[in-house]
Amino acid sequence: MAVYKRSYQAYQGRVTPRSLRFLVIPRFAFQDLLRSRIVLAFFVGCFVAPLAGALFVYLRYNLRALELLQLPLQELAAIDSGFFFFLLSFQSFLSFVMVILVGPGLISMDLANNALPLYLCRPFTRSDYVVGKMSVLVVLLSLITWVPLTALVLFHSSLAGWSWLLENLRIPLAILAGASVLILVLSLLGLAISAWVKWRPVAGALIAGMVFVMAGFAQAVNEILGTTWGNLFNLGLLLETLWSWFFDMESSTEMSVGQAIFGLLTICAVSLLLLSRKLRAYEVVK
Amino acid sequence: MVDQPVIELCNLSVRFGRLEVLKKLEGSFSGQSIGLLGPNGAGKTTLIRTLMGFHSPSEGTGRIFGRDIRQNSKEIRQWIGYMPENDSFVASMTGIRFVRLLGELSGLPSEEAMERAHEAMFYVGLGEARYRALGTYSTGMKQLVKLAQALVHGPRLLILDEPTNGLDPPARRRMLKLVEEIRKSGRVNILLSSHLLRDVEVSCEEVIILKEGEIAVYCDLEEERRANRKFIELETQGQAEVFVSIIQGMGCECALYGERIKTVLPPGTEIRDLFKAAAERDIQIRRLDYKRDSLQDIFLRAMEGEPGGRL
Repeated sequence: MAVYKRSYQAYQGRVTPRSLRFLVIPRFAFQDLLRSRIVLAFFVGCFVAPLAGALFVYLRYNLRALELLQLPLQELAAIDSGFFFFLLSFQSFLSFVMVILVGPGLISMDLANNALPLYLCRPFTRSDYVVGKMSVLVVLLSLITWVPLTALVLFHSSLAGWSWLLENLRIPLAILAGASVLILVLSLLGLAISAWVKWRPVAGALIAGMVFVMAGFAQAVNEILGTTWGNLFNLGLLLETLWSWFFDMESSTEMSVGQAIFGLLTICAVSLLLLSRKLRAYEVVK
Repeated sequence: MVDQPVIELCNLSVRFGRLEVLKKLEGSFSGQSIGLLGPNGAGKTTLIRTLMGFHSPSEGTGRIFGRDIRQNSKEIRQWIGYMPENDSFVASMTGIRFVRLLGELSGLPSEEAMERAHEAMFYVGLGEARYRALGTYSTGMKQLVKLAQALVHGPRLLILDEPTNGLDPPARRRMLKLVEEIRKSGRVNILLSSHLLRDVEVSCEEVIILKEGEIAVYCDLEEERRANRKFIELETQGQAEVFVSIIQGMGCECALYGERIKTVLPPGTEIRDLFKAAAERDIQIRRLDYKRDSLQDIFLRAMEGEPGGRL
């Protein structure tokens, strides 16, 4: 419309399917994220460990390179469940830092100046909103965790022979399941804190506190009460226990898989409850 | 769909805990622009939120363009453009990006949303400021960007909740002019909620006055204007009550407000008859003026607890 022809015109064109409208949220969010140099640099840095892993796998199967580097094959670590478990643990730490960087701004920016009613007065539900916001973290954390590690498994299989993959099918499945649990828990936790704490640095600190401070709190509960139930507050231990089970490895924690699942489900449920209480089209005043 | 009422309220009640905020509202409203008046706490915003599906009715229901608000809230929201009362924006976003985002959430494809966002920003007069972050906008600009986002997807019903809140007189005039233009375009119905009588009077054809969660008065302003029903306001030197009974005997409709008498003359009766009647009883008429029943009069009567209904 020409600027001089200012008059109200109704929209008569086609509309997008309702079920796909949640995708608008991550598209706009990623445009914002890509403007942040810190996030971008950190995201690129997250691929250093998988690339180092790929280099290690390559060397493991290249005897000539080993000879050149004078590395004896027997002294190199085996590429097995433990190798991928270590990589997943390392990448999960990076995921956690990524959630601290990205998570706090996701919802708090909409809540800071009460923009939520404008989202929800459209044919766009609270669930669409949460799924949209969550998909930002799901995509980012997936690119850091299971995507490069699964690629590494495939790379290793291509060198070691595809029979290795068939014999060790549990490894890629464990990576996928372990990363999925991690992504789900961290995303919900990050969104819940972002919804309740409008100030970004505080929200970031709170997410960090949920892991480090709660680990200390869990230890204190264990020491004072002479029990191991305090471990339920330790997110790191909960994940480690579950992953050990996924990878069929001996767990170093004194926790059963059932306890770990219960603890993680509780964190997810509490996060969802916090989100449902905060994400409304209007402030509830009592 | 053309002849369907814009808003229908069918015994609509909304309760928050023990507090009944809206009480059995009934009515059917078909005006191009409907005003929602009432003092603070009367239930205007609650009614708007209920119509949009934010609150569930505790009893009864409502319909917008014939669609039930309980069962078709998503469909209804597709047709609605909502401008909330309070600040609503994302401070770090530019105006154009914000309006585009909300256009896309309403279902506009990306390119169309961008085009419509530009149009809407120019339409409300923010063309030059559209690339500035919303956090840097003045209060008036924030109100205008709220209007732009409400218009971007081409709604059938525009709900404006206190659109002139916090605006200085020029900005207020501009906002009302925009609302008037949108109304005159004939392509969109307007529900305007305000506690400012003037805003509603100049922008609306029908007025619903809410008081303590009930419809105190429904008034078709357009019909009133068409009827051009003028009344006479006069003041006497004492004996106002006596004079009221005299002119009532002449067939006049009368109301007494302190020393002021408001009266509508029946056909065949003229002002000279009033003077004649006053002279016969030695009553002095000190002031006499033609008036139209203003919205302020209607509102004040409603707030004083006079019976509601169509005036």
